[in-house]
Amino acid sequence: MRRVYLDHAATTPVDTEVVELMAQVLRDVPGNPSSIYAEGRRARALVETARDEVARAIGADPAEIVFTSGGTEADNLALRGVLKAREREADGIVTTAIEHHAVLDTARDLEAHGLARVTVLAVDREGRVSPDAVRAAMDGRTALVSVMHGNNEIGTLQPIQPIGALCRERGITFHSDAVQTVGALEIDVRTLPVDLLSVNAHKFYGPKGVGALYVRKGTRIATVQTGGGQEKGRRTGTENVAGIVGLGAAMRIAIAKRAAESARQVALRDRLIAGVRSLIPDATLTGHPTERLPNNASFCFAGTQGEALVVSLDLEGFGVSSGSACTSGNTDPSHVLLALGLDRDLAQGSLRLSLGRATTDADIDALLAALPPIVARLRAASGAAVPA
Amino acid sequence: MTEPDHYSDAALDHLTRPRNAGTLPEPSGTGADANPSCGDRTVITVAVADDRIQALRFRTFGCTAAIASASVLTELAAGLTLADAARLEPADILNALGGLPARKEACALMAIGALRAALVDARVRATA
Repeated sequence: MRRVYLDHAATTPVDTEVVELMAQVLRDVPGNPSSIYAEGRRARALVETARDEVARAIGADPAEIVFTSGGTEADNLALRGVLKAREREADGIVTTAIEHHAVLDTARDLEAHGLARVTVLAVDREGRVSPDAVRAAMDGRTALVSVMHGNNEIGTLQPIQPIGALCRERGITFHSDAVQTVGALEIDVRTLPVDLLSVNAHKFYGPKGVGALYVRKGTRIATVQTGGGQEKGRRTGTENVAGIVGLGAAMRIAIAKRAAESARQVALRDRLIAGVRSLIPDATLTGHPTERLPNNASFCFAGTQGEALVVSLDLEGFGVSSGSACTSGNTDPSHVLLALGLDRDLAQGSLRLSLGRATTDADIDALLAALPPIVARLRAASGAAVPA
Repeated sequence: MTEPDHYSDAALDHLTRPRNAGTLPEPSGTGADANPSCGDRTVITVAVADDRIQALRFRTFGCTAAIASASVLTELAAGLTLADAARLEPADILNALGGLPARKEACALMAIGALRAALVDARVRATA
């Protein structure tokens, strides 16, 4: 059966040019970048070229790029590193209710250990946090504001420019998890007032297990792990050379394709959203109608349950996901959907479709043909009137 | 048993072709059960005559396992005496489906709970 992959927010396939480069590095570059002889110098040169590529893509200086094992580590380094650097001086973290678990759970963990006071800001029905709410939550001991750029579940983009400006006025460090947006939207730290920015290679056709944290020069941040002192002590551990090369190449390719590809995906996304809304009664678009990731179309279908939607679509050849995965036995709908103020039952019926470079008009047509009868069947089985 | 998070062909068949979905218009008994941890719910209606289940229907708001459990249970219970139907257990559903993912076994319990409640309701209404 032909498979149609519409879960690019979960991960993207690695670009073939990236695969080739990484294979070459794994095969031909045995050195440790910290070694001063030829093999080591060759590995070092590759790491630094990749650093240049990542830096150039976001308007940063190469010295401001710290390689990590991915988005989760970048978020952890941002939160833990800043709080540690400001110990006994500032302990407030201001963040939002729809952050990725890598931010929210890290903030909660710091709070549970008495290392931080955490303020979690509500979002509106479309998933946006207001800069006024951020301003109101700041106090004299706020160390860090962390607001994601684009939400992984509902696609909503946050007003990080004004939020960053507020932080800068008050000298508060501003972190943004840009894992879903780097590679898809233009980001330039020369004009965007952000101090820390999380990047994850496998969201833009790079390998899994490698990412980066942009750290603006002068930002006070401590190391979280200790060891041999790589990455100028900010993230110690022997560099994942092939992964870093893959990250750099994937970033370079993404930037070259970005303008045309994002416009193409926006057109497909909008056709998908319009199609779902016209073909399926009571389809609720989740997230902001226009301020959203170019590739994200997410919905809730009353009277259905997300896991059954995902399994049904899988049987028909589609790889998609839901914010109510229902696999753990305790299957609360996602914190993101609940934060929008959606009714619990409605939030159960969530479906996320995220497009990618390989997505075609034919894929959208196929999804629009497959989905309505599945929703209708699940609704017929549930009955609108099953009592609570 | 199937692998964790992997559904048997039988369970998937019940998802895509649910048996006896709906509500009987004039049931002898109606029973409901829910799984409060996930919000899944099942309602079963039964028609009883001569101490046997003549027909039954299910409604399930829930995941694949919840739908498949209720659907296969309507097949297992059809035609049974009330006493035999009341003896059906989650294990009978698991056997009929060729197992469910490990963390989904509560879904079979929910279907059984709804059926037993419908049988009790039918008995109460018959003696009323």
